Amino acid sequence: MDVVIWSRIQFAMTAAYHWLFVPLTLGLALVMAIMETIYVVKKDEFWKKAAQFWIKLFAVNFAVGIATGIILEFEFGTNWSNYSWFVGDMFGAPLAIEGILAFFMEATFFAVMFFGWNKVSPKFHLASTWLTGIGATISAYWILVANGWMQNPVGTTFNPDTVRSEMASAQAFWEVISNPVAVSKFFHSVSSGWVTGGVFVVGVSAWYLLKGREKKFAMKSILVGGIVGLVGSGAVMLSGDSSGVHAAEFQPMKLAAAEGLRDGGRGAAFTIVPGVKIPKMLSFLATHDFNGYVPGINDILKGYTDNDGNVVPSVQQKMAMGRTALDALAKYRELKDSDPVSAAAARKILDENVQYMGYGHLSKPEDVVPPVGVVFWAFRFMIGIGMLLALVMLLSVWFAWKEKIGGMKWLLWLTIICIPLVYICGQSGWVVAEVGRQPWTIQGLLPVNVAISSLSVGAVKTTFFIFLAVFALFLAIEIRILIGAIRKGPELPVEPQNA
Amino acid sequence: MSYTFLQNYWWVLISLLGGLLVALMFVQGANLHLGNRTLDDTQKRMILNSTGRKWELTFTTLVTFGGAFFASFPLFYSTSFGGAYWVWVLLLITFVFQAVSYEFQHKKENLLGVKGFRIALMVNGFLAPFLVGTAVGTFFTGSDFKVDKLSIVDPTNPVISTWGNTWHGLEALGQPHAVLLGITLVFLTSILGALYIMSNIDDDRILSQMRRTVKIAAIPFLAVFLTWLVILLLRKGYAVSPEGTVSLESGKYLHNLLSQPWLLTMTLVGVVLVLWGIYQGAFSKSRRGIWPAGIGTVLVVMAVFFLAGFNGTAYYPSCTDLQSSLTLANSSSSIFTLKVMSWVSLLIPFVVAYIAFAWRAMDKKKITKEEIIGKENKY
Repeated sequence: MDVVIWSRIQFAMTAAYHWLFVPLTLGLALVMAIMETIYVVKKDEFWKKAAQFWIKLFAVNFAVGIATGIILEFEFGTNWSNYSWFVGDMFGAPLAIEGILAFFMEATFFAVMFFGWNKVSPKFHLASTWLTGIGATISAYWILVANGWMQNPVGTTFNPDTVRSEMASAQAFWEVISNPVAVSKFFHSVSSGWVTGGVFVVGVSAWYLLKGREKKFAMKSILVGGIVGLVGSGAVMLSGDSSGVHAAEFQPMKLAAAEGLRDGGRGAAFTIVPGVKIPKMLSFLATHDFNGYVPGINDILKGYTDNDGNVVPSVQQKMAMGRTALDALAKYRELKDSDPVSAAAARKILDENVQYMGYGHLSKPEDVVPPVGVVFWAFRFMIGIGMLLALVMLLSVWFAWKEKIGGMKWLLWLTIICIPLVYICGQSGWVVAEVGRQPWTIQGLLPVNVAISSLSVGAVKTTFFIFLAVFALFLAIEIRILIGAIRKGPELPVEPQNA
Repeated sequence: MSYTFLQNYWWVLISLLGGLLVALMFVQGANLHLGNRTLDDTQKRMILNSTGRKWELTFTTLVTFGGAFFASFPLFYSTSFGGAYWVWVLLLITFVFQAVSYEFQHKKENLLGVKGFRIALMVNGFLAPFLVGTAVGTFFTGSDFKVDKLSIVDPTNPVISTWGNTWHGLEALGQPHAVLLGITLVFLTSILGALYIMSNIDDDRILSQMRRTVKIAAIPFLAVFLTWLVILLLRKGYAVSPEGTVSLESGKYLHNLLSQPWLLTMTLVGVVLVLWGIYQGAFSKSRRGIWPAGIGTVLVVMAVFFLAGFNGTAYYPSCTDLQSSLTLANSSSSIFTLKVMSWVSLLIPFVVAYIAFAWRAMDKKKITKEEIIGKENKY
């Protein structure tokens, strides 16, 4: 395997691993902030101790999230050197803003939240707990602005003098931060974090009920966690719907792969599993019109006419135009000092074809097709598990509200099983988003094979295995510590229920 | 706002972040003192909890320093990170271990024991300042790389910035001048760490030990730093003409210092402040030496960055292909990105203000033995 593959494997592993910890951070932050708010309002010591228990688990998870996050930031430079130069002008800015606006907020107020119980006033402490979660959420926004731009690169122009994609104007920055793909990704990711936090809290509480321990704490936690999970589930579906529409508009190949759609057309059917279809449903989901046109993989390869009547060229044609653009770029740079007239002519050819320059790096049309089987099944896991989780959250809240859940062993067990499932669901979502856009680091502009650093396969392989070992160690420790803390349970004020 | 003004403004901000990063590495320096054999376990745990309230600030400053460099001078990010691969990966790994070492250290399920994570913190305490110092040292010695933007049209060999050797950055360890700066930072941060501990912990034994440490470390620190500085002022430097042509110039950095009196003043003020902080820590009753020493560190590090980047100097030179050297002009982002980011930078004072507010609220009471033995949340 070559250095492109190993760089991808390393980055995919780091991102997937980071995404094990982030959703729980986002979700638990909300749960514990709500609990502490109830404490400050009602001045009931029970809620303080309940919040402290979840904060303890949060802190362990948060540490590993930080550790994996910094690796991602560095890897853009260490393993994707060309990428860093080619789009640093667009991509670096949200990353820097994330640091200035979000990370300092998280870092500062996490310390107050963790150490400050007896050092600052209850209201200052409550504000710190909220600000830790808000900081994490703002951080999610900026990194998804960066990621959304990779999927739908708005507000940029290619500059042949610097050989990179640059911000087209100062106003273009607004296009970047209000990129519809980024906005729906943000809501989708954050609300999936709420689902994760909710499922985790409900599952852990169910274990206490099955053990006959901490009954009051578990019942109250199921209510708070279940509501967070339920609200999250609703938001995840709504934002998922708009993500589908965006994929159809900006990344039709991703949608075709997720659906396994070889040949598209008008009134396309949605495949639930191979062989089971809902007529016209895919067209509706993708275009919000039952007769909308959805291109399949072969249509995209051969060229088609989209819903707005625009003719989309075949990949072969795009590749030819891309090569023309690359040749013109070489010529322009060669002649720009010595022969301004010919250079201007080359520049004109470049500008006419620059839209497809990324395709000039591909070696055959089929390179634009991502691994269909992986994306297809990941999509089904995500939706199937997501619907199950929404149902389980609904049932948990309902029966906790009716105070019947304690006797429903099957439901308690089901919520525990949902803990691993919610992680599979979240990871599947990232597989759809990131494998589905292959081979592009930046959609249409820069394929993975020209985005890399000039490193040997051995070097990247070595760091891959180092990171793998470190991650495995940290994961093992984190799970052991979490289980230990859960076994020990919350330190509640003595009440008759717990005596 | 002209393009040149914006490039200079961003170099000032990068320098400021660099200065803050080095000053905040008092966390790393303080963690080195976890190895002090005269302290018992509770006392070591007091140090751990003292740096445990600050480490995320240092860490976040590192991340923001990286992010800001990426946004404002992306060619540095792509050339140095992708080229000096092993240096950055090594730095990364020590910081990754640091990030979990606080939370994991005193949990019985942690697999590596208290000792394992304490060692991880000490390794980070040494390697982080050493590697950062050595990397900044290469701003003056130069590195072995080539930049050819036309590479991107060649699908078989598309990378724009390529490193000239397979050591990928580790070869800097063979550059004595760069290594001297690394060693300087190790001594400096260990002094800053001791001064910080004195300001933050109430314990007589720790206090007297830290005073002693400051005294002992001050001498090698000054010796190594002055040696590095003298060599710097005597060596050839990488000058850039207004047209962008890079050439070697004898005494370039001395010229930079003498032709910019404000820079000379800034350097001297910074050095005096650091010395004052050391004096306070070593010989006076004051426990607030961290403040002058920390502020002095920020000024000196900024001055070092200014020496490397201003007055027609290539800040990240290539010693094997002079014209590939990175300058503020040829490595920066577009004018629009710099402009947008400049607006964002106006938020920095606001961020500093809330950090200061939270810091004061948390540090009103110093860390005591009772707190560490008691039931409060701790690492």
